Amino acid sequence: MVEFLQMVLSGIAVGSSYALMGLGMVLIYKASEVPNFVQGEMALLPVFISFMLLTSYNVPYYIAFPATLIFAFLLGCFLEFGILRRAKEPNVLGLIIITIGMEMILLGFVSWKFGADQRAMPFPISSYDSIIIGDIFISTLDMLTLVVALVIMLSMFLFFRFSKTGVAMKATQMNENAAALMGIKTKQIRMVAWGISSMVGCVAGLLMAPILVEPYMMWDPMLKGFSGAVVGGMTSLPGAVFGAYIVGIVEHLFGGYVSLEFKSVVAFVIIVIVLCIKPSGLFARHYVKKV
Amino acid sequence: MSALLEIKNIETYYDLIYAIRGASLSVEEGSITAILGNNGAGKSTILKTVMGLIDNQPDKGTIEFMGERIDGMDTDKIVRKGITLVPEGREVFEELTIRENLMMGAYTRTDKKNIDDDFDRVFNYFPILKERINQWAGTMSGGEQQMLAIGRALMSRPKLLFLDEPSLGLSPLLVKEIFEIIRTINSEGVTILLVEQNAKMALGVSKTGLILESGRFVMKGNSCDLLEDKDVQEFYLGVKSETSAKGYQRWKRKKAWR
Repeated sequence: MVEFLQMVLSGIAVGSSYALMGLGMVLIYKASEVPNFVQGEMALLPVFISFMLLTSYNVPYYIAFPATLIFAFLLGCFLEFGILRRAKEPNVLGLIIITIGMEMILLGFVSWKFGADQRAMPFPISSYDSIIIGDIFISTLDMLTLVVALVIMLSMFLFFRFSKTGVAMKATQMNENAAALMGIKTKQIRMVAWGISSMVGCVAGLLMAPILVEPYMMWDPMLKGFSGAVVGGMTSLPGAVFGAYIVGIVEHLFGGYVSLEFKSVVAFVIIVIVLCIKPSGLFARHYVKKV
Repeated sequence: MSALLEIKNIETYYDLIYAIRGASLSVEEGSITAILGNNGAGKSTILKTVMGLIDNQPDKGTIEFMGERIDGMDTDKIVRKGITLVPEGREVFEELTIRENLMMGAYTRTDKKNIDDDFDRVFNYFPILKERINQWAGTMSGGEQQMLAIGRALMSRPKLLFLDEPSLGLSPLLVKEIFEIIRTINSEGVTILLVEQNAKMALGVSKTGLILESGRFVMKGNSCDLLEDKDVQEFYLGVKSETSAKGYQRWKRKKAWR
C-alpha cells in the first residue's frame, strides 16, 4: 500500500510538469489552431539562458529566474509574430511543419551554443532533500513543482475568468471576426497567448533543470504534456491538467508494477485507448450551434 | 445635415470574385438608412468592407467617417472611431456568459462608471438578458442571441450602428419587437445603417432606402416612396401587378437595372 501511494505521489509530481507543458500546448492550440511542437524548445532556450546566467555570470537567482521568464515570454511572442504570422494562408499541415522547423532550429542552436553535455543547473533547493509524510517520501523539488504548478493553474483560472484580457482571449479563440468587431486587437491577443504559453512551459523547464540540463531534456515532457492535452480534448485547460496527471500517475504505476522499460510508452497507449472510446477527448465540450 | 459616413465608389473583391462594383452611399447623422437587395447582391459585403473585415479591401474607392478616411484601417481602430457592426447570424461568443459578452462589447472603453449605466440601458431594452446574465450565450434561443448581439454592439456606445439582417430566422412577432427597439435606439441619437431582406419592415422603419443589385446601387429614395414604387413592390414586397384569369401569371414584368 505504501509502495502504491508512493508511486501515485511521484506520478502526481511528474504529472505537474507534464501539466504545465500541456497547458502551454492547449493555449497555443486554442489561439492558433496548431499542435505546437516547438513548445519544448520554447522552454529549452530560456532554461539554457538561465543556466548561462547562473553559472557563467553568477547572477543571483532572484534576477536570473524572472529574467528568464521575461525572455521566454518575448521568445514566444517573437515566434508567433516573426515566423508563424508570416505564413500566407497556411493550412494546418503547413503550420505543424513550421512549428517542427522552429523546434529543430532552436534545438540545433542550443546544442551548438551550449553543447550537449549532461549537466545540472544550480537551484535554490537541493534535488536530494526530501520530506517524509507518514511512510511516504517526496523530494522537496517535486513538492515545489507541485505547488508551483497549482499556483500557475489557479492564476490562469483567475486570469481567464475575471480579467478583461483573459476574457478577450477566450472571445478571440471562439470567434475571431466577432472579437475584432468588439475592438479587440486579435493579432496582438494571439501573440500574447504564445508568450504566456512559452512562459508556462519555461517554468516546467526550470523545475526540471536541477536534475538534468541537456538539449533533449524537454522532448519527453513535451510529448507527455501533448498526450495529456489530447486525452483532455486539446481545447480544454482543465482537461489538459487532468490528462497530464493521469499520464503521470499511470506511467509510474506501470513502471512500478509491470515494466520499467516500457514506462514511457504508456502515455501513447493511453492516447490510443481514449481516442478509441471518446475521440473528442475526455473534456472536449461539443457545442451544438443553434440557428 | 452632414454626412456621417461617406462611401465613394468602392470596389471589393473576394479573391477573383468582383463583389462590389462601385457603390457610393452617404449616411446622414441621426437617420436610419436601409439597404435592400437579393441574396448575393453584396449587402453584407459593403458592411464588411467598411468595417475592414475583408483583407486588403476595398480595392478602389474611399470611405470617410466624420470627414476622416477609414478605408484600409484595422477593424479594431474603426471600432474605436465609433462604428459597430451587428454581424449577420448574431455571432455571439457562445461559451461566454451574457455578462462577459456585454463586457466584451465595452472592450474599447475605459470609463468604468458609464459602463455600468450602459449595462442598465441594455437591460432596459432587453429585460430577458438580465434574467440570464450568468448563462452561456450559446444556450439561448436565436431571438435572445440577436438581442444580445445588438446589446453587445450598443455597449461600445457607437455613433454609427450597422445591423446586418437583424430579422434573420426570427418569428414575425420577434421581428416586430426588434424593429421597435431599433427605432428607440435611433431616437436616442445613434445613426443606423440597416441591411435587410425583410423589405417591408426595413422600409417601414427607415428614412432612406437603397436598392443594391449585383454590387451596384440601382435605386435610392425616401423609404415611403420606395414602398409605393411599382418595381419595388413587385420584386421585394411580393405584390402582384397582373393577375391572370387562369390563376397563374402568364408573363412577368422583367426589370433589370443593369
